[in-house]
Amino acid sequence: MTTPHPLWRYASPAHFLPLTGRLLPLLWLLAALGIGAGLTLGLFIAPTDAQQGETYRILYLHVPAAWIAMVCYGAMAFWALWGLAWKTRLAFVLMRALAPTGTLFAVLTLITGSLWGRPMWGTWWVWDARLTSALLLALLYVGFIALTTAVDTPDDPRRGDQAGALLALVGALNLPVLYFSVTWWNTLHQGASINLRGSSIAPQMLAGLLLSTLGFWAYAGAAVLTRARLLLQARVESEARWPRAIGSLA
Amino acid sequence: MGAALQAAAAITRREWSGTLRQPAEWLTPLAFVVGVALMFPLGLGPEPARLRELAPGLLWIAALLASLLSLPRLFAADLADGSLEQWWLSPLPRPLAVALKLAVHWALSGLPLVLLAPLLALAFGVEDPLPLALSLLLGTPALALLGGLGAALVLHARAGAGLLALLLLPLQVPVLVFGTAAANGGANADSALLLLGAWLAVLLALAPWATAAALSLMLD
Repeated sequence: MTTPHPLWRYASPAHFLPLTGRLLPLLWLLAALGIGAGLTLGLFIAPTDAQQGETYRILYLHVPAAWIAMVCYGAMAFWALWGLAWKTRLAFVLMRALAPTGTLFAVLTLITGSLWGRPMWGTWWVWDARLTSALLLALLYVGFIALTTAVDTPDDPRRGDQAGALLALVGALNLPVLYFSVTWWNTLHQGASINLRGSSIAPQMLAGLLLSTLGFWAYAGAAVLTRARLLLQARVESEARWPRAIGSLA
Repeated sequence: MGAALQAAAAITRREWSGTLRQPAEWLTPLAFVVGVALMFPLGLGPEPARLRELAPGLLWIAALLASLLSLPRLFAADLADGSLEQWWLSPLPRPLAVALKLAVHWALSGLPLVLLAPLLALAFGVEDPLPLALSLLLGTPALALLGGLGAALVLHARAGAGLLALLLLPLQVPVLVFGTAAANGGANADSALLLLGAWLAVLLALAPWATAAALSLMLD
């Protein structure tokens, strides 16, 4: 018999809860430091942009939010596949815990984007490919949350878990096609300023952006883990009531 | 093999006659499309040039919304009277049963729309309604396949119809984008039609399996 990888044991709530209990203070600290330092650097110290003036500074919130919103959906689909394949309950708990944070950042992306678009493009909203796909991503998140809550029965989250997992997978498979179709339809958004060959922005700007990204990531991780712990504890409590419920039938 | 074919024929026959006997089920979406098409000139003004320009997109949206109408009932009746469980016990592979059900559903709800939409396009002053009909011919099966999946997922949900629309509209975006581009004509129309066909092929290959998996979940 092969021994399982030592990481696997964290799939068990008995190991997951203490681990996250130790991780969470660290993540919250990182979030506070990263967001604080990143935004200070970005909002007060970094130079004014040559073309966009002061308005570009919203990017210290906009860019991390957009990254996190997209990656959260990928992570949701990952845990959905994991849960459907191996039936570990922690996978579904993490999948559900990711959705509200993903929604939050998708909505933040939309709000900060339109606040930036007003002075730069002269309009709150244009029907451009990236804006439209960001809105669709937010809708996919809302649909996921609505479905899981509507399918759930009290004390038994399994049906909601599995329906949500299927939807997350279908959505993730659909996303590339969706993104392609919308890009094919219309493109106006400015291209990416950072790529693997180097960045086209000033070093302080980059430092501020990286720090605030780190901070928002830490916040997202902390929020997701906190939510996962609460969901898990609620499930463990409701499962603890099962023997009593069955006993009362006999 | 013989038993599976027999089951397939039985399911097809049952679905076909069952739906045909309830004209309300397959006539309502058609009447809905006519009603929505009537609202556009009333809401946008009767100017012929503008209506002609907007017609393909408007009719596509009307067809898309109409495809949502009959979905909440698609599997609910079969679940309630137990026939879904009988299909699951039959020798027929489950995805095939789902595909047959959806094929009949499309033949009685999508195909009439494909035939009706060009007539409405003529009423909007479109000179050549053929691209619209072709794009709907490829697009409505794609909508039906996605719709089947959505209908299976919300089978046990409260407030199913609104939830279904919320789930399906983002997923239907590629169909709408390619479909309207193909229907509008112009330089991109041919590639749009090919992309729509490709997406339909992908959905045909994947959606019945996903729908069968979702229905299995709902039966547990």
